[in-house]
Amino acid sequence: MLEDLSHSILDIAENAVNAEATKIVIEIAEKLDENKITLTVSDNGKGMDEDLLSRVSDPFVTSRKTRRVGLGIPFLRQAAEGCGGFFEIRSSPGKGTSVMASFCTDHIDCPPMGDLAATLITLLLGWPDKRWIFRYKINGRQFELDSDEIVKVLGDRESLHSCEVAAWLKGWIDENLSILRLGGSDQYAQDKKS
Amino acid sequence: MPKIRNLEDLRKVKESAKDLTAARSGGRTHIIVGMGTCGIAAGAREVMTAILAELEKRGIKDVAVETTGCIGMCQFEPLVDVIRPGEPRITYGNVSPEDVPRIVAEHLINGNVVADKVIGRTD
Ligand code: FES
Repeated sequence: MLEDLSHSILDIAENAVNAEATKIVIEIAEKLDENKITLTVSDNGKGMDEDLLSRVSDPFVTSRKTRRVGLGIPFLRQAAEGCGGFFEIRSSPGKGTSVMASFCTDHIDCPPMGDLAATLITLLLGWPDKRWIFRYKINGRQFELDSDEIVKVLGDRESLHSCEVAAWLKGWIDENLSILRLGGSDQYAQDKKS
Repeated sequence: MPKIRNLEDLRKVKESAKDLTAARSGGRTHIIVGMGTCGIAAGAREVMTAILAELEKRGIKDVAVETTGCIGMCQFEPLVDVIRPGEPRITYGNVSPEDVPRIVAEHLINGNVVADKVIGRTD
């Protein structure tokens, strides 16, 4: 099941793909001193009308009939609201959808992040024709991945289907995230001292 | 401090990898993982990463790894299709990361279908 945020991100991003988005932006922002983490997934897909919007975010109507719109949204909503955060989804037909969820990381029910790099390479490899932008911010410092830049380096989109490329990218993402986290905590410690 | 990989290194990785454009035109093996909502919920991402890791470990280069959305067989997720050139398309069901080394070794390398995992065959 969707036991962590990285799985939920994958599911919501897949919704964006199904909504015919060509550009999907995934942003995670951590504020260490506030124990807060905010996740935003926005796409330029075909969007939803109010009726569909109210159905997708209600966990009680996610039955088999509505399964195709995803388990990720109700999961994310419950997870966010269950740990003192908030959840918001905005969408308008023709304009795209934006899902935002915040979490209090010091709350006992805050879900773990899980394997973000695995989610990202699954998206890159699964839908190489989309533009994926991923930003991870910790206290304002950030790591950014733009699939268009990666495709530029590779020379073609098909290369994203190569297992060597995917494996390399996974290592690269993991490395950058851990550097960001290390630096982030140093920064935090210094901020506290000063 | 670990050596930071940069995107220049990726170019080298790509150059040493086999040309997958050829794989697209049907001459090579394809592995396709079902990545719809229930596939994801059932663990398709873990299966996908296990496939990438196994191919990498064994140095198998001429395989194109792809994903597909829902193919309407929720009860059998995660689903993995293997297409070898000139052979029927084999669909494996209820695949776990533990099944991956067997499918790679038996089917991809030795050419023997892993019968107990097969749920479909398309000529
Ligand atoms: S995702 Fe539902 S059957 Fe594949």
